[in-house]
Amino acid sequence: MSILHTVNKSPFQKNDLESCLAHVNSNDAVLLIEDGVYGAISGTRFSVLTSSSDADIYCLKADLDARGIDPDKLTDGVKLIDYDGFVDLVAQNDAVNSWL
Amino acid sequence: MSEDMQEEAEGTVKKFMYVNRKAPYGTIYALEALEVVLIGAAFDQDVSLAFIDDGVFQLSNGQNTTDIGIKNFSPAFGALGDYDVSKLYVEKESMDERGLALDDLMELTWEDEDDDWEEKPSIHLVSREEMKTILGNQDVILSF
Repeated sequence: MSILHTVNKSPFQKNDLESCLAHVNSNDAVLLIEDGVYGAISGTRFSVLTSSSDADIYCLKADLDARGIDPDKLTDGVKLIDYDGFVDLVAQNDAVNSWL
Repeated sequence: MSEDMQEEAEGTVKKFMYVNRKAPYGTIYALEALEVVLIGAAFDQDVSLAFIDDGVFQLSNGQNTTDIGIKNFSPAFGALGDYDVSKLYVEKESMDERGLALDDLMELTWEDEDDDWEEKPSIHLVSREEMKTILGNQDVILSF
């Protein structure tokens, strides 16, 4: 079994990302969307968490672009995907946990 | 009829997990989650609940909402056993962080049909590691 976790809140405002990363299994995927993409920026107190996670971390490019975040600023290991990639992740995993 | 639809028609039981991560009265999430749990239970699915982060506050005993004008829905947790919802997983780390012990929570039980209707506790204190495994074994996860 593998779970796709989506996080849509800024980690500076809510603990969703931290709690999510504390509950993922190694075969899971985490996708940062909407304000969740702020959690993908390198050099923050959350970049250690994302870079050390066993799960694959993805970030939705449309939401990154909308917020003017340069993809070069992403934490190493975070994979950038588009909406088609989002659909692929949903299809590849057995269930989705949308952290609210 | 497709194979999937046939399975549905024959009544496949799926594992449904309702994840509660918010305190009871500051937002409407906790009450709405409980409503959805009761709906899911009526469809004879394999239902369980997880209480993580501030979600553990939902199970505090002695809740009294008289003076805030909001319905105290905590007694409804006591009815879950009657709907065969007997798996309430409460994360120990979240309890510890908030200074809570099992004694601070409501006493929730269910009656085991296969064991001469013996009353058994519904609340299961689990570690974060155990919670990870439980979450990883669900067919459907609904997060609140």
